[in-house]
Amino acid sequence: MPATITPIDTDRDRKRRVDDHDNGSGRRPPNDNRDKRTGGGGDGDNWNERPHGSRGPRERLGSYRLALFFAIAGDLMFFVALVSVFFVARTTGHFDAYNRYINEWLPTAIPPILWLNTAVLLLSSVTIELARRSMFHEQHVMEEWFGLGKPTSRRAAPWLIASILLGSLFLAGQTIAWKQLASQHVFFASSQSSHFFYLITYTHAIHLFLGIGALLTALFGLYTSRQIETRQILVDCTAWYWHSMGLFWIFLFTLLAFFQ
Amino acid sequence: MTPTPRHQSSTTSPLPPNPYTLPPLFTTDHHTIGRLYLLLALFSVIIGTTLSLHMRLHLIWPGLNIERILPGSYLAIMTVHGTIMLFFVLTTAPQSGFGNLILPAQIGSRRMALPLVNAFSFWLTALSLLVLCSSAFTEAGSPLSGWTAYPPLSAVASAGPGQGLGMDLWLASIALFAIASTMSSINTLVTIIRLRCEGMTWDRLPLTVWGWFTAALLSILAFSVLLAALLLLFCDRHAGTSFFLPANDLVNGTLHTSGSGSPLLWLHLFWFFGHPEVYIAILPGMGLTSMLLANFARRRVFAYRTMIVTTLLIGFLGILVWGHHMFISGLSPYAISAFSVSTIAIGIPATAKVLSWLATIWRSRPQYTTAMLFSLGFVSLFITGGLTGPILAQPILDQYLHNTFFVVAHFHLIMAMAGVFALFAATYYWFPQITRSATCPGRLMSETLGRWHFATTLLGAYATFLPMHLTGLAGEPRHYAQLSGVPNAAGHLLADLLPLNRFITAAAIFLASAQLLFLVNLVRSLRHGQLAPTNPWQATTMEWRPALKNISPIHETNSRADVSDLKIVVYRSPCEYHSSLHPSSFTPQWEPEITLNTTDDDPE
Repeated sequence: MPATITPIDTDRDRKRRVDDHDNGSGRRPPNDNRDKRTGGGGDGDNWNERPHGSRGPRERLGSYRLALFFAIAGDLMFFVALVSVFFVARTTGHFDAYNRYINEWLPTAIPPILWLNTAVLLLSSVTIELARRSMFHEQHVMEEWFGLGKPTSRRAAPWLIASILLGSLFLAGQTIAWKQLASQHVFFASSQSSHFFYLITYTHAIHLFLGIGALLTALFGLYTSRQIETRQILVDCTAWYWHSMGLFWIFLFTLLAFFQ
Repeated sequence: MTPTPRHQSSTTSPLPPNPYTLPPLFTTDHHTIGRLYLLLALFSVIIGTTLSLHMRLHLIWPGLNIERILPGSYLAIMTVHGTIMLFFVLTTAPQSGFGNLILPAQIGSRRMALPLVNAFSFWLTALSLLVLCSSAFTEAGSPLSGWTAYPPLSAVASAGPGQGLGMDLWLASIALFAIASTMSSINTLVTIIRLRCEGMTWDRLPLTVWGWFTAALLSILAFSVLLAALLLLFCDRHAGTSFFLPANDLVNGTLHTSGSGSPLLWLHLFWFFGHPEVYIAILPGMGLTSMLLANFARRRVFAYRTMIVTTLLIGFLGILVWGHHMFISGLSPYAISAFSVSTIAIGIPATAKVLSWLATIWRSRPQYTTAMLFSLGFVSLFITGGLTGPILAQPILDQYLHNTFFVVAHFHLIMAMAGVFALFAATYYWFPQITRSATCPGRLMSETLGRWHFATTLLGAYATFLPMHLTGLAGEPRHYAQLSGVPNAAGHLLADLLPLNRFITAAAIFLASAQLLFLVNLVRSLRHGQLAPTNPWQATTMEWRPALKNISPIHETNSRADVSDLKIVVYRSPCEYHSSLHPSSFTPQWEPEITLNTTDDDPE
């Protein structure tokens, strides 16, 4: 039985412990360079000795984080492709019947509400980070381990709900922005720059929509999942996804606001 | 190395019992998913081969009116042939099929990292294949624009039959495939990074794993860009944009004045995906070839670390060479020079690989098993197809050759045939792994039939694709549905090529019929093949580790033997053979101590 759910720092540190006067001449058994320190109680909780899948709470979390990292890397390439097409389209034109080079690019005016939306999205990143951190609060994790309710979930849930609300607010704000543009007769097909405005905001909104779905799943998981590891994974991965989408938005918004 | 067993009994359960008992079709077991992928690829390759024969027959015998047998025109057939072969055979089978079947065992893991993602990505792939095939049964048939879907042909629905609904289905299918591939690559990468067993350091990974790793990295980068390109093309077709449509373009009698984009943009996006894609298809095969040549020659892989580096280097350079598909598409001459240089540069790691293969088997006395023969065939085809690479990398030569059958010969030899040979080698070599189950050992395929299969396939492959160089040099264009009936001098030129084309078609039919030997062997060996011993090829890599089969019962015991059964540990690099004269003197990766066994007591 592990003494702590989250290994303490000395446990995570994989460096070989060198005792005083240990010159590596064989005082220790030759294969003792694996992590032999045990967590607290010392009843043989050597994570590395165990088979894959049961090497402590951080193992699954690490795998899911890594998977999310690769997924976001792929997603980044998706937006990189869109942004490169944006720059190509902005700078190229064509020759007209009189052999004049014409660049038809006219920038689309950004609805001012996007600034407000950006602020809301940044705020939602803060709330979700608070939710994420409360899932790893060591004292609460310990209390949970001792069977004293679900303090992590209790503390994370309000922040998750706040993030869901702020995320929905952002999407509502985007809808308002689209409506405002539509009232000025700027539609998807109107001009070259409006293609990109809608394409970028739509694809990003779809990503956030999926993110809200993930947030709802995480919130649902907080109440239904009994394993704290699973709950940590749900909140942690959703939070990192959310942060990435916030970061992507800052880049995309800067592009739309200043580089048209 | 065995751990102290005192806590093994109480706390650890190596296989947490899966609480979700799904019906076998929707399993998350990587072994079953791998087999499903292979089944899907087999189904696809049968369709793809039938379509190619159809094209060959139409080319020499247009009066036969073969369209009555199969729906769709010549170009539609070509599109489906290319799409199916590229995506559903050459990407799916090596990367996802054998990737699921063999990869976890080779790194000493008992599962893939994300089983649910794995199952989901298989069913997405199957759905994608279904959508692609369904395009053939729409009123106007499959799209005409080839697997590369060049606009404006692909961007305008009125451009031809099949460019309406058929093209939309094609886009949907490839989008699904891109998502499925990305997910399966994420799974592969996380598995390799996180689930390597103890002692499996990066430089002890078999080269096959390095192939899968690099191909998965490329997939993540490339398929997302493809997805973005598909989205833009979809917008061009349905949302009134014109990213890929130029101004005042006359397409099939209609003048499209509103365009403001460029088809060249699609070419950039598509080939940024398309060129890494061919390396995704071939890199696992290269890794397998290295390992098989070493195993049957009983030699270490020559320059093992260099082979790791060249695998990564081919992957890296593969991202930088997409422009060589666009030499005649109006690219800037400066860009053309840069892409030409990077393309020729990729010859360096590729040549290093060939040299390593040759040095590994140089003056050895290999066991000529069917798997070994197909690996040698891979090397042969890779060299033959590769030698035309530097020719096509010259922009000036490519001007002439690009739209001729010379290019068809080049990529069919180096990618299609080499890729398929690697798949055959993998099937013959890993057949016991494919057929084994928790209770029953695997079976071997018939070696006699296998040798006949190899001889006929090699002969057929060269007889089919070598003459295409000649017809290409003589000027036979690609994408032409028939060679007769063309007026003037061009007609004379093509008429002169008809005899050679008849020969190519005959050879293609021979090549396809030779595969019946494989199918017979496959079906027969599934049921009646010889039962395989635990390590039939005396291999050193982890998938042949004997204890891997009977791990399902969890013993609550303290005995040391059982502990080492439960725990997978790697002690050394692969390919530790001690003597090529004594095939049985070798030390596999799971063996703690070297046992020099020089007496030739071949157990099998």
